[in-house]
Amino acid sequence: MADEVVLLNFWSSPFGLRARISLAEKGIKYEHKEEDLLGNNKSTLLLEMNPVHKQIPVLIHNGKPVCESLNIVEYIDQVWSDTSPLLPSDPYQRAQARFWADYVDKKVFPAQKKLCFATKEEKESAEKEFLDAFKLLEEQLGDKDYFGGDNFGFVDIAFVPFCSFFKNYETVGSFKMEEEFPKICAWAKRCMQKESVSKSLPDSQKVSELFSEIRKKFGVE
Amino acid sequence: MDSSDNEQVRLLGKWASPFSNRIDLALKLKGVPYKYSEEDLANKSVDLLKYNPVHKKVPVFVHNGNSIAESLVILEYIDEAWNNNNNHPFLPKDPYHRALARFWCKTLDDKILPAIWNACWSDEKGREKAVEEALEALKILQDELKEKKFFGGDTIGLVDIAANFIGYWVSILQEIAGLELLTIEKFPKLYKWSQEYINHPVIKEGLPPRDELFAFFKASAKK
Repeated sequence: MADEVVLLNFWSSPFGLRARISLAEKGIKYEHKEEDLLGNNKSTLLLEMNPVHKQIPVLIHNGKPVCESLNIVEYIDQVWSDTSPLLPSDPYQRAQARFWADYVDKKVFPAQKKLCFATKEEKESAEKEFLDAFKLLEEQLGDKDYFGGDNFGFVDIAFVPFCSFFKNYETVGSFKMEEEFPKICAWAKRCMQKESVSKSLPDSQKVSELFSEIRKKFGVE
Repeated sequence: MDSSDNEQVRLLGKWASPFSNRIDLALKLKGVPYKYSEEDLANKSVDLLKYNPVHKKVPVFVHNGNSIAESLVILEYIDEAWNNNNNHPFLPKDPYHRALARFWCKTLDDKILPAIWNACWSDEKGREKAVEEALEALKILQDELKEKKFFGGDTIGLVDIAANFIGYWVSILQEIAGLELLTIEKFPKLYKWSQEYINHPVIKEGLPPRDELFAFFKASAKK
């Protein structure tokens, strides 16, 4: 039976990007359906497939929806298990991978969001929170090629989408990513050499324009 | 994997915390002996800071010297590490149903638990809206249960373990707050599930005593 794979997404979403990169790593053909989130016009399909959160990304595999980006990555890894494993096989290593991916969601995502939309008054504390959150990842990466060790894996997939925002962080912050986080920056370049990443990451100019537009809407530009 | 020596399996937790309790329940369901240490979060132990330097929270699970934090991560680890002889698996084998279980665990933590917690601790001003959101959250959960005995089907699964707050803590907190959230009238199926849950032989032994939990939260409410 031919697999029917659909991804409901928004082009700049880092969460959607996790799904795209995973699908690309496994060489899976899929239909990409863009949701009109800016126009506040969610499709009937999205509302039907993710009634609880009404959010992208949603992976629809042979008509059945899988929601939540890290969940989607694990699902993809399990279903298409014969190639490019995304998670380690050892239970403890898997637990560590899940922990750090969860850290990206719990600490990194909120901190970078706060920084991007901070008012003048909030900027100093937002920047500190951001630097602290990223610092732990810089330490965790250490001298490894990837967060997964020798191979690109789950934590790399969880974090790499945020690389498309690095220039934005420098625009709003008073730091340089390369100076603060040399290991992460080197890792980002390494990841960009992978086709699954470079072909999936959105156009950086478009991202900057969207970023500017949203900041204007929030009144912080 | 030699897990007969209970010194090699440790849980750092807090008796009143549902997140910590999830791990007690999981270990009891798997029949794994372990050493428990009660943590004082106002005075964090050397071990806690050593084993969970990132978040410095409980629960923390230590197995053969390797530490794991975050309750849902720990639950999946326990399921994978003690899975010989089909020993009470928490997750089904097929990827779609595994994904569904994980989705509901995350939704419990991100949406449902916070909504109920907020309602129980809300002040006069925010109460109406908070209660509305809590009831909406419980409805979503009941819709997922459908006609099943447990979220895991016939047996306790990952979602049931993660939903210990719903099965047990909610009845205590709502009583203290003077609210009616999870009742047999409002959510008959979910209520029935909660009764099956707290009367399950292993779960029953693993939950903290009701009167002590009540006293603990009542004291917190007074502050």
